[in-house]
Amino acid sequence: MDSGAYSGNPASFPAFMATACYKLTDARSTGRAVYTNKPKIHAYRAPSVPQVTLGFELAMTELAAELGMDPLAFRLKNAVEEGDVNMMGAPYNRIGLRECLEVASAHAHYKAPVAEGEGRGVAAGYWINAGLQSSATLNVLSDGHLSILTGSPDIGGSRASMALMAAEVLGIPFEHIHPQIAATDAVGHCDVTGGSRTTLATGQAVIQAAEQCVAEMCRRAAAEWEVEAGVVTWSQGAAHYGEQSLTFEALARRAGTMGGPLTFSSSLTASSAAPSFGVHICDAKVDKETGRTTITRYTTIQDAGKAIHPAYVEGQMQGGAAQGIGWALNEEYLYDENGVLQNPGFLDYRIPVASDLPFIDTVIVEVPNPLHPFGVKGVGEVPIVPPMPAVAEAVYQSAGVRLREMPLNPPKIVAALQEQ
Amino acid sequence: MSIQEFVAPDSLSEAKGFLSDGAAASVLAGGTDLLVGVRLGTRNPERVVDLKKIPELTAINIDAEAVHIGAAASAFSILHDSDVPSFFPGFAEALDLIGSTQIQGRCSAGGNLCNASPAADSIPALIANGAQCLITGPGGDHQMPVEDFVVGPSKNALKEGELLVSLILPRPSSQTADAYLRLTPRTEMDIAVAGVGVSLTLDGDGTCTAARVSIGAVAPTALLVEAAGAALVGTQLDAAAIEAAVAAARQSACPISDKRGTSEYRTHVVGVLVARAIAQARRRIVEAVS
Repeated sequence: MDSGAYSGNPASFPAFMATACYKLTDARSTGRAVYTNKPKIHAYRAPSVPQVTLGFELAMTELAAELGMDPLAFRLKNAVEEGDVNMMGAPYNRIGLRECLEVASAHAHYKAPVAEGEGRGVAAGYWINAGLQSSATLNVLSDGHLSILTGSPDIGGSRASMALMAAEVLGIPFEHIHPQIAATDAVGHCDVTGGSRTTLATGQAVIQAAEQCVAEMCRRAAAEWEVEAGVVTWSQGAAHYGEQSLTFEALARRAGTMGGPLTFSSSLTASSAAPSFGVHICDAKVDKETGRTTITRYTTIQDAGKAIHPAYVEGQMQGGAAQGIGWALNEEYLYDENGVLQNPGFLDYRIPVASDLPFIDTVIVEVPNPLHPFGVKGVGEVPIVPPMPAVAEAVYQSAGVRLREMPLNPPKIVAALQEQ
Repeated sequence: MSIQEFVAPDSLSEAKGFLSDGAAASVLAGGTDLLVGVRLGTRNPERVVDLKKIPELTAINIDAEAVHIGAAASAFSILHDSDVPSFFPGFAEALDLIGSTQIQGRCSAGGNLCNASPAADSIPALIANGAQCLITGPGGDHQMPVEDFVVGPSKNALKEGELLVSLILPRPSSQTADAYLRLTPRTEMDIAVAGVGVSLTLDGDGTCTAARVSIGAVAPTALLVEAAGAALVGTQLDAAAIEAAVAAARQSACPISDKRGTSEYRTHVVGVLVARAIAQARRRIVEAVS
């Protein structure tokens, strides 16, 4: 893997991740970093895994074709499930790859015949997902609202997810919760927003702090009612004992006379991380005269564990697919003979624009993570893993030529067709 | 940024004064190239002369002989506030491929021409339609065909103190239509890898009586490929004639290989676009008749 001129290449782990979807009894992977006179590389959305998955998933597709098997059926036959061990050596907990493959096989997109002149490709993908350290502080406000402070910058809708999880635990309206990202020295430590870990790990800190809040509010209600704390229950945003109840808002407003300010913090090193799997279906049409590829239909299926905020989960799935399609078709760094980057701007580093893409359909599969209180798995990174092999296969099926080098841009496709 | 002075004259004579007193002046006919150039440091005018307030330069007039498009008329006004698209749908398509809606609100066909990019979308469409440039300057007014106006990448034929006033497109004769096609890897917000403008005239039985083919982004300037037009005239636009036009276009192309495409690919694809643009122009004529 091209490492640029500096250390930090993650070449060691993508090889095992590219094989992590399948039951392999004998496997060995080797990663090799190659130092070149190019800029430093850095982690970006499932770092290095899409590139290696491209090769492995295309091999799976070619093997299926060789065997005369449906490419999804071939993957399903070999798909990992709970108890299987990948190259890292740890057995999988409850994972959702088989469910994703089954949903993909039954999807209207996959059932529809491939249109004349078009091609179809499918691919699966894996991403490990991280846990790491997170902290959250909840402040009950005197008007009955709640503020949430975390140190995890929101890059995909995580604040709304924090508010939803607190609302679920506390039983108060989402609109009464105000999640904020505080400065590093204003909150407990949070590791990087990365590894698809924020909703899982920082969310777990929020859940734990909210549970402390419920326990304290039940204790205060019990004191008010002069009963044992253990007999007070919490539901629908209020403490209950017999006919009596005290709402979150009442306990918030009266905090000053019932024991003082209500502030709860939780910090943890999350050990609840669980891997994500996704399956993508791509239809594409290659203009054989110009070499231009049009993506005509695209569907992403992904195990989210539990989608806390489904629209944002879909946004992650669509965004990852869009980026992966861009990598497959046009994005590339162009260097001159002196190693100077020729396309350092978005005019010539061609990410897809909206009109380059079809509506990207999404199916969220939910196989809950048994290690997480709400069943969350990370969702942000795995969507960029399957697109390149899915697009590459669709292009091959449409154009009739197999290219072994990305991106599949018009000059390369025309040159390959002319050589044919 | 080195701009010392910004002036927005409201008459042509005033503008000519600002352009001929020795100051390093650049005209702004939209600014979508100029301002980018200033920011990048590739353009360093002391004085910027905004032309958008001069009525003759933003007017679009259609008379019995020709369509006159003020050099600073915005692409948006040409596309949406005039009848130009009904006369020249291919030229309109070329303008509509430039930038985005926001860019089209500022940019002008005259500016696209004066900027003289080899990849400019509107220039092959203007050449295909036989457009003339009306130029004014210290020596008075004169006209010049668009294909002679651009003399090299970012170089036009304007002399010191001269100004492009308008573009004059002869009204199309009956059974005439144009088309413009370009190839970009993306659908929009991209720069042509190759572009082709075609204008055809057919007679009653479908024989081509006039044809102009212009190619862009495959040479230092957009080219009028006379041999391609000649290959079509007198034919029924059969496969052999189109193939001859394609071959002539590829013969004239002398593209560079750069970040936007290889020389081989550009030469190949400009031929593909020639064949498709001919088909589209012919389809327009046939559909207008039926």
